[in-house]
Amino acid sequence: MGGKVVTISSGKGGVGKTTATANLGISLASLGKKVVVIDADIGLRNLDVIMGLENRIVYDLVDIVEGRSKLRQAMIKHKKFDDLFLIPAAQTRDKMAVSPEDMVKLANELREDFDYILIDSPAGIERGFRNALEPADEVLIVTNPEVSAVRDADRIIGLIEAADKGPGRLIINRLKTELVKKGEMLSSDDVFDILGLSIVGIIPEDELVLSASNSGIPVTLNMQSKAGMAFNNVARRVIGEDVPFMNLDESRGIFQRLAKLLNGR
Amino acid sequence: MTNLLSRLFGRAKKGSGATAKDRLRFVLQHDRINLPPERMEEMKSEILAVIVKYLVVDKDRVEIDLEQRDRRHSKLVAEIPVAIHTPPSNSKQITDSSALADVAESNGANNGSDAQSAEDEAAKPEAPKDAVEAKADEGEDEEDKKA
Repeated sequence: MGGKVVTISSGKGGVGKTTATANLGISLASLGKKVVVIDADIGLRNLDVIMGLENRIVYDLVDIVEGRSKLRQAMIKHKKFDDLFLIPAAQTRDKMAVSPEDMVKLANELREDFDYILIDSPAGIERGFRNALEPADEVLIVTNPEVSAVRDADRIIGLIEAADKGPGRLIINRLKTELVKKGEMLSSDDVFDILGLSIVGIIPEDELVLSASNSGIPVTLNMQSKAGMAFNNVARRVIGEDVPFMNLDESRGIFQRLAKLLNGR
Repeated sequence: MTNLLSRLFGRAKKGSGATAKDRLRFVLQHDRINLPPERMEEMKSEILAVIVKYLVVDKDRVEIDLEQRDRRHSKLVAEIPVAIHTPPSNSKQITDSSALADVAESNGANNGSDAQSAEDEAAKPEAPKDAVEAKADEGEDEEDKKA
């Protein structure tokens, strides 16, 4: 059956789906995989800017579906990786321009030439989400450790299971270790307890993510970035490697260090 | 020792993270069965309304709750204490009403609603002494609620 289709979804907007998709794409490519990333958020195109490819777009997803462009013509090659391509969303159309069947057909074509087809799902639970879900072999659900994001993730997970695409795995994005330690933020364990899905990634809050999207160079290319490393680990777990979770707990204050010392840890 | 240090620096108190978790659990229970809390309350009163047609129920101790092991397994668990029917003893009053009132009495002072149902029944014949006591219970109960 060839390549694997991985859909990145969330329910709620703004939790980091597009960032996660871009970084996974880059990481998978850097691991030597042939990758295509598809922006399924028609009308709200963004994956192109996050990946720094916005000025190379000629054709888009809707052009492919409606036959104005050959598949290969619309695919934009990444600047750094020869085996990483983007299919951008149309900016001036709406989600109804593409059907779930169109997406299945497109994905099946891509499976022949690529190892991974990543689909960046739009927020919400309507047509755009259905489009992104239909061809999926696996779904990664991005959420933040925050009530509304977790609630929406739960809703999406229900829909994914109802569509027989479950169980899916979780990416917990923007975790603030300091706040978790103070008990002022849901921990990754809390999110796991509540949602009951296995976790494929825990991404710490990292200012470098903003600089990365500012410059269109995904953060996983920045060796200094913890978030970048965490995304890279997600990619390795996606290809089946067993990667331990990073220790995000390193900025200890003097009293905590003292306590640990006294506890013999 | 860690505990002491934690307490000194305010870590022992329950943070908003734990509150978030509790609140999410509650909301998701209802989301997952597609029945919002207010509708659930409505359903509970309807269920109870049916049951009290047949049984004397201690309404204050009724518990109807949703239990959820995970997303796919939810069950409604109900604990509805009902009054045991003690057959009237050989002595004077042999009416149903007195039996019910006895039950209300034997269940202790804290069941005004029981007493109320008992009283409804008991009120038909010439208001026996038991029913008056039940009424007293009820009054007490109302006071409890105000307190």
